[in-house]
Amino acid sequence: MLKRFRLEEPESVKEASDLLGRHGESARIYAGGTELLLAMKEGLIHYERLVNIKKIRNLDQVKLDDGVIHIGALATHRQLACSDILQERLSAFVRMEQNVANIRVREVGTLGGNLSFAEPHADPGTLLLVLGSKLIAEKASSKREIPVEKFFVDAYETCLEEDEILTAVEAPLLPPRSSVAYLKFGYLERPSVGVALFLVLDGGGRSIADARVAVGCAGPRPKRVEEAEALLKGIGLKEASRAVEKAGEIAGHASEAISDLHGSKDYKEHIVQVLLKRAFHQALGQSQSGGKDQGGLRG
Amino acid sequence: MAKVMSRRAEGQLIPISLTVNGALYEIEVEPNELLLDVIRDRLGLTGAKRSCDVQVCGACTLLLDGRPVSSCTLLAFEARDREVLTIEGLAAQNGKLHPLQEAFIEHGGFQCGFCTPGMILTAKTLLDENPNPTEEEIIQFMQGNICRCTGYKKIIESITAAAKKIKASSSRT
Repeated sequence: MLKRFRLEEPESVKEASDLLGRHGESARIYAGGTELLLAMKEGLIHYERLVNIKKIRNLDQVKLDDGVIHIGALATHRQLACSDILQERLSAFVRMEQNVANIRVREVGTLGGNLSFAEPHADPGTLLLVLGSKLIAEKASSKREIPVEKFFVDAYETCLEEDEILTAVEAPLLPPRSSVAYLKFGYLERPSVGVALFLVLDGGGRSIADARVAVGCAGPRPKRVEEAEALLKGIGLKEASRAVEKAGEIAGHASEAISDLHGSKDYKEHIVQVLLKRAFHQALGQSQSGGKDQGGLRG
Repeated sequence: MAKVMSRRAEGQLIPISLTVNGALYEIEVEPNELLLDVIRDRLGLTGAKRSCDVQVCGACTLLLDGRPVSSCTLLAFEARDREVLTIEGLAAQNGKLHPLQEAFIEHGGFQCGFCTPGMILTAKTLLDENPNPTEEEIIQFMQGNICRCTGYKKIIESITAAAKKIKASSSRT
């Protein structure tokens, strides 16, 4: 049963931020409700006020602007799964969005809501971590960029301030000879483990110039695993396909996996390793096959 | 302070107009009212069911402007100025069943029937956007609708048969 609350419907970021600032912890942003309403119905949290920010215009646009892909925070998962710009420039993101939850959740849930709620068993944060993305947070009179690495603080906790609103996600265009893979595993509705990998090959396509690895869902928050990245950088592809074994083990430990309904800590760590290996081969396959269909390789 | 605020929170009513199965309704809803409760308890349309209550099973599926939503977890005011289709509104005015309804009957696409309204409405969205889906596409699209009786085989057969029916009837006209 959903307890009573008051609904506010501001039409600007300033108005929304003022409301959030004025009402503090008794108010919460509502941007789709697919996470928030579940917790409220369950009686786990309650707010006197929900601030519906969906009346604020133009916060759901996907644009390509000066080499940067700009995704409005109010874009629904379905909008993103159907976006032509993303399909052309960042198709790994489209594939991830096509597999978020189910068709009804994708219809209503927003990217900004997903990130801001910071439910650990979610897909987008992990993938955004390897894309070099920034999150744009605004309040009444100021605006700041947050590297996605700094955004997630803990389970259900972000670095957003009380009166701050996540308004956009920005990702740079993929560099030439790069590819991206996001793989997840789970047998429940939500993913149990998610692994994202970004690779850039050198000019000859024989070694790895750059690598980024992120893990999510297994622990309290999605995180980059720089130690695993270091193992893959600057070595030949053959050597890398051996090194990815160790990189996966490191990523598994770094995931801060916990034992719960989704599986034991050991089990999740193992799955991280398996998924990183698969992601590595998928990403290389994209690079070597030209990556057009998968959209992995650009340039 | 909290007491004052909760008292102040009481009684907020949001006037909305929405179309349900082609009929226009002007109603007032409280912010915390769920669309499923408005449809079932206030409008008396009980086809959509409350089951898992966490957007996983699909028994409460309604179409909002033609797209499936979990009405158990959707605030009623979200239907403001939009069109809702429930299973009760799917058959033609003269009572002739929709090809999906016919196919589910002919191919045994249900047993207990609890998931069926949600299954059929989701399948309608699928066939509206992809009139000729492969089995794989049907499985992918219907992934969020759970049936505990049929094992899904008959449901997939029903949807495939409905697609053929729709194609056949549109090529006749």
